[in-house]
Amino acid sequence: MTVTPESSLPVTDIAARPSPIQRMVGVWRNRELLLNLVRKELKLKYKNSTLGFFWSLLNPALYLVVFTFVFQVVLGSGLPYFAIFFLAGLLPWNLFSGSLGASTSSIVGNAGLIKKVWFPREVLPLSTISAGLVHYFLQLIVLALALAVFRYTPSLEFCLLLPAALITLLLFTAALGLALSALNVYLRDTQHLLELVLLAWFWATPIVYPYTLLSERIGTLALANPLTSIVITFQRAVYNRTSYYDPTTKKTIEILPDESVWWYLRNLGIIASVSFVILIGALVLFGRLEDNFAEEL
Amino acid sequence: MGSAIHVDNVSKRFRLYKEKPESLKERIIRLGRNPSEEFWALQDISLDVVEGETIGLIGQNGSGKSTLLKCISGILRPTSGRITKSGRTAALLELGSGFHPDLTGRENIFLNSSIIGLTKRDTLRIFDDIVSFAELEEFIDLPVKHYSSGMYARLAFAVAVNVEPQLLLIDEVLAVGDEAFQRKCMQRIREFQTEGRTILLVTHGVETVRQICDRAAVLDHGKLISLGEPAEAVLVFRDSLLKREHAGAEEADSKTEQGSTGDEWRKHQQIRITGGSVEYAQLERRFLRAGEPLRVVLQYDAPRRVDDVVFAINIHDQNGNLLFGANTDTINADPGSVEGKGQVVFEFEEVPLLGGIYEISLGVHTHDGGVEYDHRAGEDVIEVLGSGKVAGIVHLPIHVKFDLD
Repeated sequence: MTVTPESSLPVTDIAARPSPIQRMVGVWRNRELLLNLVRKELKLKYKNSTLGFFWSLLNPALYLVVFTFVFQVVLGSGLPYFAIFFLAGLLPWNLFSGSLGASTSSIVGNAGLIKKVWFPREVLPLSTISAGLVHYFLQLIVLALALAVFRYTPSLEFCLLLPAALITLLLFTAALGLALSALNVYLRDTQHLLELVLLAWFWATPIVYPYTLLSERIGTLALANPLTSIVITFQRAVYNRTSYYDPTTKKTIEILPDESVWWYLRNLGIIASVSFVILIGALVLFGRLEDNFAEEL
Repeated sequence: MGSAIHVDNVSKRFRLYKEKPESLKERIIRLGRNPSEEFWALQDISLDVVEGETIGLIGQNGSGKSTLLKCISGILRPTSGRITKSGRTAALLELGSGFHPDLTGRENIFLNSSIIGLTKRDTLRIFDDIVSFAELEEFIDLPVKHYSSGMYARLAFAVAVNVEPQLLLIDEVLAVGDEAFQRKCMQRIREFQTEGRTILLVTHGVETVRQICDRAAVLDHGKLISLGEPAEAVLVFRDSLLKREHAGAEEADSKTEQGSTGDEWRKHQQIRITGGSVEYAQLERRFLRAGEPLRVVLQYDAPRRVDDVVFAINIHDQNGNLLFGANTDTINADPGSVEGKGQVVFEFEEVPLLGGIYEISLGVHTHDGGVEYDHRAGEDVIEVLGSGKVAGIVHLPIHVKFDLD
């Protein structure tokens, strides 16, 4: 065993608050820890269950059954291939709401670690979001099955937007998740309040109903909800149609904005930029609140 | 030699809430009139730890030593001041705090070492060392919730000391595990020292400080009151304990005797303890086995004749718990009056203690306890070699009878 000479060791003032840039660098340096925490989370989630990760698939499948029944059968909505439309929007929503909920309680839930071990704390909320991303990819199996069953083809052109949409969604989720995880240490109500907010947010986002229903009434204000821009991009790519012909009313009904790839990309760009600004703010807030984590927990 | 840790004017303030508002409703209700009290856990601490040295932090409970260690490890952020350190740090503030009960030993090793900042490749390289150090080869793929507390502690310590930290921060965790493992830990710490690594150690055990520390720092009410040779620091620490005892006694006793506290009583000192030592049954040995006899010799010097005198002996364990306390009054042995040099021998027929190091403190005071002539602690220790077969601190002679039908 050898001790590294002093000159090559990083000297850090640990009493100072790191800047947002330093924090991001710190997260990158600790990417292995992040991955290990994700692995731990996934392992623990399915450790003692017989069905294992199938539980992750059952959730969207059950949602699909319930909403198809309510909207197609009870309310008689004529949206063709409702399953495809619904899943296209539900999966990114699940990624958002699931990760946000988990990251909000991530600091409080790891009080034992926070009080006794030092590591960059922001890794905790970020790891729950990463775990959410893994679930998202697992849940894509349900969507793939639905596409296979209906022999449905997504739009290849718009599918190129999906990485951008996903990154935008992750950026937005990370920004909120970081801020809320720190706030939750001081105001334990945050996580309960969030549940209600997410419920309202779900219905305010065009997931079970088409975007046009919203834009007809409030116009482009509908895009003020960052989730809307993201969700309609997923829907545009997977559902791959902007309108349908309703034989009963003999009318063409609009579903999604019949715009170019660039229009969708521009919207994503705006949301991503705003999210980035929020993220910087969230990191600053996180840094301030972090001072007393170990005492407050 | 460079400095491994540089602590510069560090202060830490805690807010103590009488009732801590945790919900939004409570926060709003209490807005503006937050019933909190400020409490400075650390005040202007400056400390330079030279690379390769071992520093012991001692102090009473609540003196701020753990807070300081937490600030240095980064867990707490100081209210003001600067702390710089270089190199990989492993902090042992609580054993196994990064462990998850549902994960196996193997999984926990990887998780724990990545929390400390190791890459997977580093961990793979030291994995076998960790497992063999912890002596857990057979159980490594078992969830740690099935481990005994000893196994748990061994694994945690093994991870921490095998990650090859340049800087090791330890908070009173050495007192776990069986004696054999404790010896192993001590040995590992000695290896660390010879390898030139830096260690900062919080401890209650004065003997630990004397045995392994190069320097020691004494904290008292958040202030650094001494930094220097271990022996010197131990004396300062004893003194601070003594002052607290005196302060406590004074508060309890309304008729505060002048000259019974602080430096005052030294002037009135009429009898002085000049030495204290432990004599074992077999003189060539420096330890005893449970149940063997023991003599403790107190040497005194009384320049003038003293009529009102009682000699006292206390035995503490390393955590400061009083195990035995007696004086010549309580054992019905009145020395009468003393003058000049002499010695008092306390003879124990047997010492029913299990393995460990026990500290003796000696005192001379008046019959009513109102005036303490002198008090000496840390002159010598009793070292008991345990058989390791039974656990605890007291050796209770035991026999077993089986009533079988």
